[in-house]
Amino acid sequence: MLSLSGIGKRFGGLTALEGITFKVGKGSITGIIGPNGAGKTTLFNIATGIYPPSEGSVVLDGKDISALPSEGRAYLGLVRTFQNIELFGKMTVLENVMVGLHTQSKSGMFSSAFRMPWQMSEERRIREKAKQWLAFVGIPELEDVEAGTLSFGKGRLLEVARAMALEPKLLLMDEPAAGLNSSETAELADLIKKIRDLGVTVALVEHDMDLVMDICDALVVLNLGTMLAEGTPREIQDNQAVITAYLGEE
Amino acid sequence: MKYAKLKFFIFSLVVLLAPLPLAGDYLLNVLVFVGINGILALGLNLLLGYAGQISLGQAAFFGLGAYGSGVLTTMYALNPWLAMIIVAVCVALFAFAIGFPVLRLKGHYLAMATLGVGVIANIAFNETIDLTGGPSGLSGIPNLSIGDFVFDTDLSNYYLVWGFALVMMLLSLNLVNSRFGRGLRAIHDSEVAARVMGINARLMKVQVFTLSAFFSAIAGSLYCHVMTFISPTTFGFHISVELLTMVVIGGLGSVYGSILGALLLTMLPEMLRTFHDYDIIFYGLLLISMTIYMPGGLVSIPATLRRLLPARGSNA
Repeated sequence: MLSLSGIGKRFGGLTALEGITFKVGKGSITGIIGPNGAGKTTLFNIATGIYPPSEGSVVLDGKDISALPSEGRAYLGLVRTFQNIELFGKMTVLENVMVGLHTQSKSGMFSSAFRMPWQMSEERRIREKAKQWLAFVGIPELEDVEAGTLSFGKGRLLEVARAMALEPKLLLMDEPAAGLNSSETAELADLIKKIRDLGVTVALVEHDMDLVMDICDALVVLNLGTMLAEGTPREIQDNQAVITAYLGEE
Repeated sequence: MKYAKLKFFIFSLVVLLAPLPLAGDYLLNVLVFVGINGILALGLNLLLGYAGQISLGQAAFFGLGAYGSGVLTTMYALNPWLAMIIVAVCVALFAFAIGFPVLRLKGHYLAMATLGVGVIANIAFNETIDLTGGPSGLSGIPNLSIGDFVFDTDLSNYYLVWGFALVMMLLSLNLVNSRFGRGLRAIHDSEVAARVMGINARLMKVQVFTLSAFFSAIAGSLYCHVMTFISPTTFGFHISVELLTMVVIGGLGSVYGSILGALLLTMLPEMLRTFHDYDIIFYGLLLISMTIYMPGGLVSIPATLRRLLPARGSNA
């Protein structure tokens, strides 16, 4: 599905990432973990084209997308959510999800301004689909609320609905459980499994170990910008290098 | 959304009936300019209020529209309607071309670059004397006409300008509640997230910049045919700032707000004649106090009142 090879990123003299190579298997839930400052979010930013890697390549389904901007990657079925929730705050909840359907619609400036018949029917289709995705994440009653006024937990659900509206092949989630309480986290775990069951491959950066161990099929551990380990959750739990990185040496 | 059509219908009715009690009044003449400024403010609001991209150079497109129509109809005796279309398309193409480099910039830098475009255009109007008449202006521009009917009275010009304004408002209302409009608002709120959703932010910003220039050019053409005389002072930095003030005071991100701002800022100077040269100070104060106390502009007053008087709202 997604294959990263030899990814490196330098900001001036600071090496944020070096020699990151791993694959995210189709249909899996892959967790990327590591202490603060390990470079997890930087890796996501490179994978989604927010900035280019200094070296290495990003390959999606056999296609090298290293030089493709974010919007191009969205059309190929790669989408993400953000650690600090990046909603369109002044738009309604429904409109946020409708933006998520951008790649699946075509109307441009002229057909919109003149309300062409095909634009009207496309608009109705988008609206219906957006409602379905709100129902999917369980917040259908909030469709007319301004997104900026949502609580953090509801905002996160909206972000997931908006990302799912793209009908992605691969969904990257940056700390989806951050800022959620334990019952919200449990609901999130179910939601992520539901997403996986739709055939969407999921990769997530996460600090909540219970969540990671519960839902992930494969784990990648980063530390100080390098790969520390890779394997199943059970293997990682017993990995001496990982334990040292998290807890320090005895 | 449900009341959107009704709202526009009522607004159109008010616009169409407004001249009745004002027949022969000087106010009708002022309302012609409210219409022209309204079109300009609407163009800027699409860019600034929806897409969140500032322009201090709207005077350039306004002036290019006016001079384009003026020069083509006086020196080349072209049909004014045809000239208007040619000029608007050319100005839009010009905006499209400069849009790509200019809109790479953000915030203050974008303001400076667009300001530069405005200043350069104004110098060009002043210096290309053979074409524009330079500082002494360009006169003898014909009125618009349909067959034998000539738009040369306040009343006919009122319906001419407001006819254009209403059509442009309707197109804008359609646009902002569409895939394109949602894209613009998404870019405004979070450009990174918009791009991750597949929105080509760079192209979309240039497109709305082009549309805004197109609106401004039409306003310029209308202005030159209504006035029959134009000079560079009209298309200076002053009008760009005034437009910005109209949009902020009327309501950023509101089609009706643009018109409301144009109405207020076009009428006020008429009432504040006694202060004459100090009106710029007044605009400044108005702009500052509005951004502090009423960031949503005049159109936000009903919503603010509803929030402040919740008990009443639920009874009514």
